[in-house]
This record gives sequence, C-alpha cells and structure tokens, in this order.
Amino acid sequence: MGEAEIIRMSDRASRAEEGDRCKATTSSGRPCRNTAVPGSPYCRLHAPDDAPDPSGKAGSPIDAARDMAGDAVSGFGAFLQRRFRGDYEVDDFGYDRELSRNVLLPLGRPLYENYFRIRTLGITRIPSEGPALLVANHSGTVALDAVMMSYAVAHEHPSERVVRSVAADLVFTLPVLGPMARKAGNVVACDEDALELLRRGELVGVFPEGYKGVGKGWHERYRLQRFGRGGFIETALRARVPIIPVSIVGAEEAYPMIGDARFIARAFGFPYFPITPTFPWLGPLGLVPFPSKWVIEFGEPIPMDGYPEDAAEDPMLVFDLSDSIRDTIQQMLYRNLKIRGSAFI
Amino acid sequence: MPDQHPRKVLITGVSHLFGLRLAKRLEADDDVGSVIGVDLQEPAIPMKKLDFVRADIRSPLIARVLESTEVDTIVHTNITSSPRTFGGRSGMKENNVLGTLQLLAAAQRAQRVKKVVMRSSAAVYGSEPGEPSIIPEDHAGKAVHLTGYAKDCAEAETYARDFGRRRPDVELVILRTQNVAGPTVRTSITDYLSLPIVPSALGFDPRLQLLHEEDAVDALYLALTGDQRGIFNIAAEGVVYLSQATRLLRRPELPLVPFTARFAAGLLRRFGIIDFPTDQLKLLLYGRVLDIRRAREQLGFTPRYTTKQTLLDFRDHRSVEDVTGDPSRPTWERDLKRLAAERPTGETV
Repeated sequence: MGEAEIIRMSDRASRAEEGDRCKATTSSGRPCRNTAVPGSPYCRLHAPDDAPDPSGKAGSPIDAARDMAGDAVSGFGAFLQRRFRGDYEVDDFGYDRELSRNVLLPLGRPLYENYFRIRTLGITRIPSEGPALLVANHSGTVALDAVMMSYAVAHEHPSERVVRSVAADLVFTLPVLGPMARKAGNVVACDEDALELLRRGELVGVFPEGYKGVGKGWHERYRLQRFGRGGFIETALRARVPIIPVSIVGAEEAYPMIGDARFIARAFGFPYFPITPTFPWLGPLGLVPFPSKWVIEFGEPIPMDGYPEDAAEDPMLVFDLSDSIRDTIQQMLYRNLKIRGSAFI
Repeated sequence: MPDQHPRKVLITGVSHLFGLRLAKRLEADDDVGSVIGVDLQEPAIPMKKLDFVRADIRSPLIARVLESTEVDTIVHTNITSSPRTFGGRSGMKENNVLGTLQLLAAAQRAQRVKKVVMRSSAAVYGSEPGEPSIIPEDHAGKAVHLTGYAKDCAEAETYARDFGRRRPDVELVILRTQNVAGPTVRTSITDYLSLPIVPSALGFDPRLQLLHEEDAVDALYLALTGDQRGIFNIAAEGVVYLSQATRLLRRPELPLVPFTARFAAGLLRRFGIIDFPTDQLKLLLYGRVLDIRRAREQLGFTPRYTTKQTLLDFRDHRSVEDVTGDPSRPTWERDLKRLAAERPTGETV
C-alpha cells in the first residue's frame, strides 16, 4: 500500500538525521550506510558483539529476518507440538491455515518486501468479509504472480483474508508442489470448486489466461491473452458475487521467457518449456527470478447480481462481460506500468 | 413406497461389513418383519429375525429365493473390494459384476419388490489430481480410467440404472460410500492405517475422508426406510491429510518413491498383511473427497462422526485384531465367532 511505504521511508529518513552513520566498511569496500546504534559507532550489523538490539526496529533485510525469527520462536514450540500430534484442522479443500500463516507465508515475505519491492494499490477495495472473485492477469512462466497476490491480500488487507486461487491440474500432479499448493489454499481450476468456495464466502482468485498467459513470450509482455472460455464469468453470475479486476505488473520481468523449447515440453507433457536468459543455461541457478519491481492493483469491484437468474446460460452476455473485464485489466496494466517506471530499479 | 407392514427385507452380503451391521440394526426395527440374509458364510452374530440363506448371488438360485421369500426390499451390500474373500481378482469380479447382474435380473421379475438399495463405492470417482476437490454425485468424470474394484462398482451401477429404467415402480437407491473405518471393522483403509510403519508416497499428501461404520449403517438404514430415490454420496464431514492421520494415530510414516510404493504394496498383499487393492493406490497420491450435501438434505443423513473423530475412535477403541498383532489374543470378532459356533446352525436352502 502506498501510504505504508511512505511511512517507512520517513521513518528511515528521520532516524538517519537523529543518529550518525555506521563507521564500518562493507564487504564491497564502501562505507556502511546503516544508522549507528545510539552510544556506539557501529550499526547493529557491524557491532562487534552480537548482543540483540533491544529496540527491535528493523533496519536492513537481515535485521528484519532476525526480528521475524525472534517473534516466531515464542509460539514455535507450541506450534511444533501441535503439528507433531496432528492436532490441527484443515478445511475440506485442504487449506491448512496454521501451516500457511506460520510457515508458507513467512517464506514469501522476503520475496514480496525486499526482492520484488511490491507496491500494492487499492487493497481496501476487497471486502472485509463475504465472497468475491479476483480476476487477474497471468504471466511470468511460473505462477509467482498468484503467490504474490495471495501474499498481498494476506498481509496488506486489514482482515488478512486468504485468497483461494484456482490452479491448473498440472500443479496437483506434481510431488511436493501439489500438496503445498493445496495446503496454501489453492484448488483445482473447475467450476465446482470455485462455486463451492464462493458459496462458503471465500475470496477466489482466477487467472483466466491460464497457460496462454504464463507461457507467452517476452515480446508479448503485458498484452492480455484470450480469457479462456469465460467460465469465470459464469461462476460469478451463478454465485452472484462481485468481480474484482486485478493487474499485476512485474511478473513478466521476473522470468522473461525469450523462447519456448516445444520439443522438450512435448516430451514431458508440459504445456511449454521456458527458456529465459538464465534458464536452463545456468542450471538450478537459472530458477532464481530477476529482481523486477512489482505493482499489484486491485480495481473497483464490478457487481454481478444485477443480471437475470439465468444470465450464466447466455453465452453472448458472458462473452461481453468477459471482454469488458479484460479491457479493464488491460487499462490497469498500462497505467501501472507508467506508475512503476523502470522495471528493475 | 406403499406401506405394507411388516416389511420383508433381503440383504446380500449379510455376513460382511455392511450387511451384518444392517441386519443387526433391523433386529430392533418393528416395521421390518423378517430379514432374509444371503451370503456364502454364515453371519458371526446370532439374530432372531434373520433367516440365513447360504447362496451365491451369481447363481440363478437367487431368483428362486426372491420368489419363495416374497421380499419387498432388497439391500445389495455384496460388492466387495477384497479379492481374498473370493480367491483372487477374477472371483471378486465375478461376484461384484455378475452377482449384481444376476440379482437385478431376478429382482426385475419379482413383482413384489418395491425397493432396491445398492451399496456402491466412492471409488467410482477414481482418484485424479484434476477432479473437483469436493465431488458431487452428478459430476461426470473427465474420462476417468477405472480399473479393478472401481470398475466393478461403476459397472454394477450401470446395471442398477438399467434396472431402474425397466422397473420405474421400484425405488432405487445407490449409496456411494467413502472408505469405512471404525473400531470393529476391518477394511483396506483400516488395514493400511494399522501397519506399524505407514508407507506413503514421497512428495504426496492426499486428503483422506472416511466414513464411520455406524454412520455407514445409518445411511443404509435411512435409504431403506425413506422414500427417496437416486444416487447419494455417503461420507463423514471434514478431511485430514494422510500425514496428519499418521500423526494422530501416532504411527511413523515411511515415504516411498511411487515406483517402490507399488512394489511394496504388492509385497504386503502377497504376504497377506494387507488387502489393499493395488488399483486403489492412486488414492494415496491424490485422495478423493465427496460432497454429501445431497444425502444430508434428501436422505436426512447427518454423520455423527467427522473424519477426524472416526480416526480417533479407530485409534482409541479398536477391538479388531491388529493386522500384525498376535493371533492368539482374544478379540471382539473372534468372541463373536465363538458365540456363533455355539448356537445351532441357521436355516439353509
């Protein structure tokens, strides 16, 4: 959220005025830019002894991580014990709230805050309770955008809602990733699951572009692909829930797909086999995303309850609505590309 | 269903899991005048109302039984996932598919029959990663390739629907039951979960949904006494992950790579430790969870145990011998068998 960002900046600036800079030299030979701890010539990072700082204010990413670890330790014992005894609840779809909040989400935090430096706009347009369908663009070879969107809502929204994104069948056939996706609250992309989740008052995230979105080439970046067959509109009409358009800028540059090795994809049964400037050339190292800068915007909710009962049975209406939402998201993308400015800095 | 008291109920598979427990339940029901139980073995529990008929439902003899006993209700619980009972997979298939075919052919002729309840299985949905997370009855599977037990159930259901079409005056109910567990039953899933070390597939963690044995009997009873027709999913509410289940049962899990898992399952079966059909192994990869809304709304089925409670009941009150336990130890089932042996043999045709 924009405001949160500003507060953090001014916080940092005011602290820089108050105290002196650290006297140490960093490993790259430049003077350290961190603020010195009061009563010491060094910052916490370069302090000679490793006594923990009582103020607990996060300065650098490393400090942030250390603070987080400190917070986690207190409840960690009890958490581990519950996990060990199997004493926890999962919902019918397999969402494991405790695991998500305590393990999976914290893993996403450094990526969200420090690596991609994500700016989230319009988070308050998501209702605090009740169902809504989040419709977002899809890009970036692997579905990092879905993960970051979930993180944005879980962390920035006042009621810390969970987004139940629908994912392709392929995800659930994979070992490790499949069960993990389920435990994080994702479900199979089918009408039944989406409709049932909306009936239970959940926030459902869909990416109507599907494989065509994540698997599109670099030259097509930020150009929305066909919105499937409009199934998401039918679902929203049936459930009579509002659609919230979401634009995600930044995922395209995280894994710029400059080529598609079709023959490898065909051999393994994948929908595409991405070639990026680093993958597969650098092996596993090529899996590290580029540190692009992201902007996620949640648009104005579009009500879906003003249509007749059998609106979902009218393909023309479904196509029209699908197209208009696609246009809305495309416009949001252009706007946010401008807001973001440079892709990496 | 025209009320004709007292009712005469025929139960196939009366000596096994569902049939046995349903027959016992009907003992206390005054609306049911008599129960005719058909099976190959005699039931382990003596029952007052029960007339036992030792017969194979695969033989045309079953038609004569239907005629002579003048039953108005048939409860078909003889479809089984246990190849061992029938000396192998082909015997099991014969029993499941041809047995059902023969029984329904006889039922079609029997004009007095007004109600048929068939126990099918949740296995008909297969276990696929791309299926809905919660499967409703009318979900048309994405060309799921079924084998073994699941195929048997699907074929039996086809015959049942054909029967329903030819005899529209008969109320036909098909119950697709989820894996049954509880303190006194022995099923493939309880065998599996009773292993001292529970093997699982590395990198996979399926959601498990169970059905408590008491709730299973409740469902059969409701289907028998109510006036609904159609197909109903029968399962407990809620799910647990397999990893969670093993922790709840306080048993270590042994993750195997899927290739060796199939091999290990084959070995366990060969040595008779577990009767888990290898065609159901996919369940341990992707799981399968049923939507029970229809049964709740139309049949009035309200399961008393959630999946987790079923597991805990199984853990804390199990009275069936441990699959690897000492066979000389007295158990609930063996006590019953002893009791049954002491009483005079039942009527046979």
